[in-house]
Amino acid sequence: MKILVAIKRVVDYNVRIQIKPDGSGVMLEGVKMSINPFDEIALEEAIRLKEKGLAESITVVTVAGKQAEEQLRQALAMGADHALRVDTDQDLQPINIARVLEAIVKREAPDLILMGKQAIDDDCSQTPQMLAGLLDWPQATFVSKLELADGWVRVSREVDAGLEELSVRLPAIISADLRLNEPRYVKLPDIMKARRKPIDILTLDDLSVAMAPQLEIVKTEPPPPRKPGRKLASIEELITELKQMGVLS
Amino acid sequence: MTKLLVIAEHDGEVLNPSTARTLACARALEPEALDVAVFASEGEDIAAAAARLQGVSRVLLINHPANQHPLACVLAPQVVSLAAGYSHIFAPGTTFGRDFLPRVAALLGVPQITDIMTVRDPFTFDRPIYAGNAVTTVKAPEGKVVATVRPASFKPVEEMPQAAPVEAMHLDVQIPEHTRFEKLHSEKGDRPDLQSARIVVSGGRGVGGKEDFERIFRLADRLGAAVGASRAAVDAGVVPNELQVGQTGKIIAPEVYIAFGISGAIQHLAGIKDAGTIVAVNTDPDAPIFEVADLGLVADWKEVVEAMEKAVDEA
Ligand SMILES: Cc1cc2nc3c(=O)[nH]c(=O)nc-3n(C[C@H](O)[C@H](O)[C@H](O)COP(=O)(O)OP(=O)(O)OC[C@H]3O[C@@H](n4cnc5c(N)ncnc54)[C@H](O)[C@@H]3O)c2cc1C
Repeated sequence: MKILVAIKRVVDYNVRIQIKPDGSGVMLEGVKMSINPFDEIALEEAIRLKEKGLAESITVVTVAGKQAEEQLRQALAMGADHALRVDTDQDLQPINIARVLEAIVKREAPDLILMGKQAIDDDCSQTPQMLAGLLDWPQATFVSKLELADGWVRVSREVDAGLEELSVRLPAIISADLRLNEPRYVKLPDIMKARRKPIDILTLDDLSVAMAPQLEIVKTEPPPPRKPGRKLASIEELITELKQMGVLS
Repeated sequence: MTKLLVIAEHDGEVLNPSTARTLACARALEPEALDVAVFASEGEDIAAAAARLQGVSRVLLINHPANQHPLACVLAPQVVSLAAGYSHIFAPGTTFGRDFLPRVAALLGVPQITDIMTVRDPFTFDRPIYAGNAVTTVKAPEGKVVATVRPASFKPVEEMPQAAPVEAMHLDVQIPEHTRFEKLHSEKGDRPDLQSARIVVSGGRGVGGKEDFERIFRLADRLGAAVGASRAAVDAGVVPNELQVGQTGKIIAPEVYIAFGISGAIQHLAGIKDAGTIVAVNTDPDAPIFEVADLGLVADWKEVVEAMEKAVDEA
């Protein structure tokens, strides 16, 4: 079985983002960047499937500029076998990322695609579902558990009502939620080794993808501030406040 | 002409309140037509409830055995087959809408807008990014507008005495066989729903284990409140995943949110920004939750819970 994992380079989840004063976006210069945490979980799951002997190879792909090779190397160090970067400096949105990935899927013919359930920068949560739609493949989003058996994957999905179990037939697309696994810590020798592994580069022209129109990003601003709060001095004071709000009646 | 189709969310029996909130967003566009589609196996009652919601022009009821459970690959081609007459297709930004609507957008060849929080004009909307730490204004290109609506940003529309017409429809689409629903585990008892409760009592790692959390449940029951939790409490197996509040859990807007033993990580705060009053109880005076709390108290959660229970008893 061949697994394809798509990853995105994003601002590290520990960073407190700064918004550019001119409203043109979020400051990215000099900010720590990482693999989107959900994508890292997707990759970890692929590696575990391979370690269990259920998969032969893992290809990791990103659609981004050259800086994202840092994240591809990280993925190789974790345990991906091949890395692929589709080169672009455009800010492609999920609909077009999905179209690029569709072209990659036609070339690579994976049996299983693992992706993160959302990117923590734009919080869109769209690309896996869109790719599934374009390929007419089954999808299982927000997955916190999966088991492979006889060409099917049985998953648990984290939905608002609780945990939903689905079975999807391969080839399929699965998007990872937080509790699917805890990604491994990468060891230094693996990082050194990953530096020498090749990264294949494709251009959008190589793939001849027809681009869909995108959303225009008009401006980016800080969220409306909440009014400043108060620290209370005692439990009694809190009880009085809660009574006034009608919480304790 | 703004003609809007909203896809209703339900559990097979009742309409989910996220539908009425999505309709509130839809009405802000002042559409010429506002239809609701109910995909179900036997959705007559659900459709009748949708028909009484304010602003609805017509309810389309698509009864089909395959619609018993909401599967994205089953819903998406049906929504696409209805799309021709509409300029906009909206769904709630819950795990229901987030799952199937991008698939619809891909089939229609248009971008999707996730989590509308404000309508500026029928093509321009505000949405949160970076766990709500920034808000971006986006404008949809020519063509159909496909979007999920952030339920916490809109008050549900009201029920009207007069009902809109319900039309039963049959759609001629192929139902894929590559996806099978197996089952749903839900621990929801008689407690109020986390996403529509007036009061939410929430606990984090600071609350401790399962037994400690029982006290949070007990307090919530006495207050008629829903229970929420941080990721740390869910990860520790103390409470089920459906209680998680935050960027990757539920985004909620109760009148009162009471956080016990929650530090206030940005991913958690993303879920409570729209709460009316945030009350935080934490032993660490420097916990970041105090930066957003309207009322903060440095104290042990157990003592506060005890005092609250006593106050309810006396009331
Ligand atoms: C991609 C990503 C997505 C995430 N999504 C979410 C999400 O949706 N929701 C979410 O909640 N988290 C999410 N997280 C996790 C988040 O970063 C935090 O790790 C988590 O919210 C911490 O939970 P906590 O506040 O319960 O625990 P901690 O941070 O450990 O805080 C525990 C608090 O309890 C206090 N405390 C201890 N004892 C007591 C006592 N006796 N009385 C009162 N207070 C006490 C402590 O002072 C401390 O402040 C996400 C993380 C990542 C990377």
